[in-house]
Amino acid sequence: MSQTAIEAAEARPSLAVGALLERGTGYLLLLAVAAFAVWHLVATPAAFFTTLVVGINQGALYALIALGYTLVYGIIELINFSHGDLFMLASVLSGFLMVSAFGATAATTGAFLALIATLVLAMIFGAALNTTAERVAYRRLRRAPKLAPLITAVGLSFVYQWGGIKSNGSGQRNWDTILGSSGFTVLNVKVPWSMIVVTAVTVPLLLGLNWVIQKTRQGKAMRATAQDQDAARLMGIDVDRTISLTFALGGAMAGAAGLLYLQTFGTTRYDAGFQLGLIAFTAAVLGGIGNLNGAVLGGVLIGLVQALNDRFGLGVAYSQTVVFTILILLMVFKPEGILGKPTTEKV
Amino acid sequence: MTTQPATTVGEALRADNITIKFGGLVAVDNVSFVIPENGIVSLIGPNGAGKTTFFNVLTGLYKATSGRVHLGGTEVSGLAPHTIAHMGLARTFQNIRLFNLMTAEENVMVAMHSHMKSGILSTILRTPAQRREEAQARDTARELLDFVGIGKTAEEYARNLSYGDQRRLEVARALALRPRVLLLDEPTAGMNPQESARFVDFVHRVRDERQVSVLLIEHDMSVVMRVSERITVLDRGQNIAEGSPDDIRNNQRVVEAYLGKTGTDGYGSDE
Repeated sequence: MSQTAIEAAEARPSLAVGALLERGTGYLLLLAVAAFAVWHLVATPAAFFTTLVVGINQGALYALIALGYTLVYGIIELINFSHGDLFMLASVLSGFLMVSAFGATAATTGAFLALIATLVLAMIFGAALNTTAERVAYRRLRRAPKLAPLITAVGLSFVYQWGGIKSNGSGQRNWDTILGSSGFTVLNVKVPWSMIVVTAVTVPLLLGLNWVIQKTRQGKAMRATAQDQDAARLMGIDVDRTISLTFALGGAMAGAAGLLYLQTFGTTRYDAGFQLGLIAFTAAVLGGIGNLNGAVLGGVLIGLVQALNDRFGLGVAYSQTVVFTILILLMVFKPEGILGKPTTEKV
Repeated sequence: MTTQPATTVGEALRADNITIKFGGLVAVDNVSFVIPENGIVSLIGPNGAGKTTFFNVLTGLYKATSGRVHLGGTEVSGLAPHTIAHMGLARTFQNIRLFNLMTAEENVMVAMHSHMKSGILSTILRTPAQRREEAQARDTARELLDFVGIGKTAEEYARNLSYGDQRRLEVARALALRPRVLLLDEPTAGMNPQESARFVDFVHRVRDERQVSVLLIEHDMSVVMRVSERITVLDRGQNIAEGSPDDIRNNQRVVEAYLGKTGTDGYGSDE
């Protein structure tokens, strides 16, 4: 006890300069970003809040996709690189269902019923495809070196993209949405209807997922499996089923994100999942990979940063640059993420 | 193949002619073993004798090269660990393996998982049956925590419990499986003599009040001699002795296994 206290006291002065400089730089950067935001809040409040709305809309989508990364990483420490492409396939499916099957292209009551039906179907699709991928590809690699499932995930990503090209075409394809770009204005702040829909779907989904993980017996089994697979097994938990369920939940979130993305932007492309997937992955790391609340927080933060940059900062052309610079800075200053713990904690 | 009867009345667990080879190494060599209903038996032996390997075969983590395991008259050899656990074989760990980021209560509830019925759909829909089951599980968890004497810590994270309480929590978690047989892997490791003495009483209480049979792997001989009704001694993968504590105390082969033959080598005790 006393020895460690003495050691700590001795270690402090030598650490001080480097650590202080590092931490200081970190805080200065944060302060600069905050000052930048406040400046625009004061100068042009309406434009600022309009930008926030855009950022939250975007961030909600990132959060939904980021959850899939974080859930799977939490339970089997696999970075599922095909997850973004799963989201893309769900967006294509949503297009076909909404436009071709239900003919929902205008804001009618029927169209909203179609939206709900499509949401359920897209989530089932995402869950089923992700579970199948786990069953067919990842499960047999569970005891293999970590690179094997990782490369498999990259391969699967190409398979999904090929599916995207086959169904959606090799270029941008526009789909009619039920809300278009219509919206309303409160106090000079422009709010698109799609943002209301995205929020109305995302918030219950996130709360529901959190509840499943924290309170239900299946959620407890997932957390137990994430912490100690063998101990979980010896306590009567079917680990294979539990991992399947985790993939299903992550896939369902990506399915929902696919529909919401399509309804927000009215367009999708076979490689949409690559870019969004990378950003969502960054969000998961930003929040602390394996941490569910972290994924949501990271998603919303990146959405906001991106929106602020696009409107006030370096512009759309540098959007990706800014996001990935954040990733690099984070790796330098806080590699465990905002809510992540420095130890090897999961889910 | 053996032609012995699968099991007779009064046997909670029966292992017949278990052999485990890792490549050319024979870790466990043709060991047979019985845990009587409501009995307390110990498995002892020097380090490397194959005790833990044998344990792992019973729980299904390792597959035996040959031999069979019956649990309460049903053959369990070859079944998945979670199935065997569900059928009534629970264990604790030598180096405590709790789910550290969950509360004590949640740790216990995890082990009830396999006995609960509600599916994911009824969970999401929160059907009355599911809610009743969940409430019941919580009550049982509290009751088990009270039984092992750590009822007050139900809301604490497992990692924040004291060492002794963590050991108790492991027992509560194992009991939540409603086991027929409870395996305790070096349960008194790290305990002082007073704690160990209290632990002996605790094991008796668990057996009497929970109607389980207990198998211990234990290094503390004073604990082994006081708690066990029968003792089996393994040495280099072989069953070298079996009997009551008095038999074992006076068994020449056991003394040799632990201390080495007098005047030949320096094979020391691992105490």
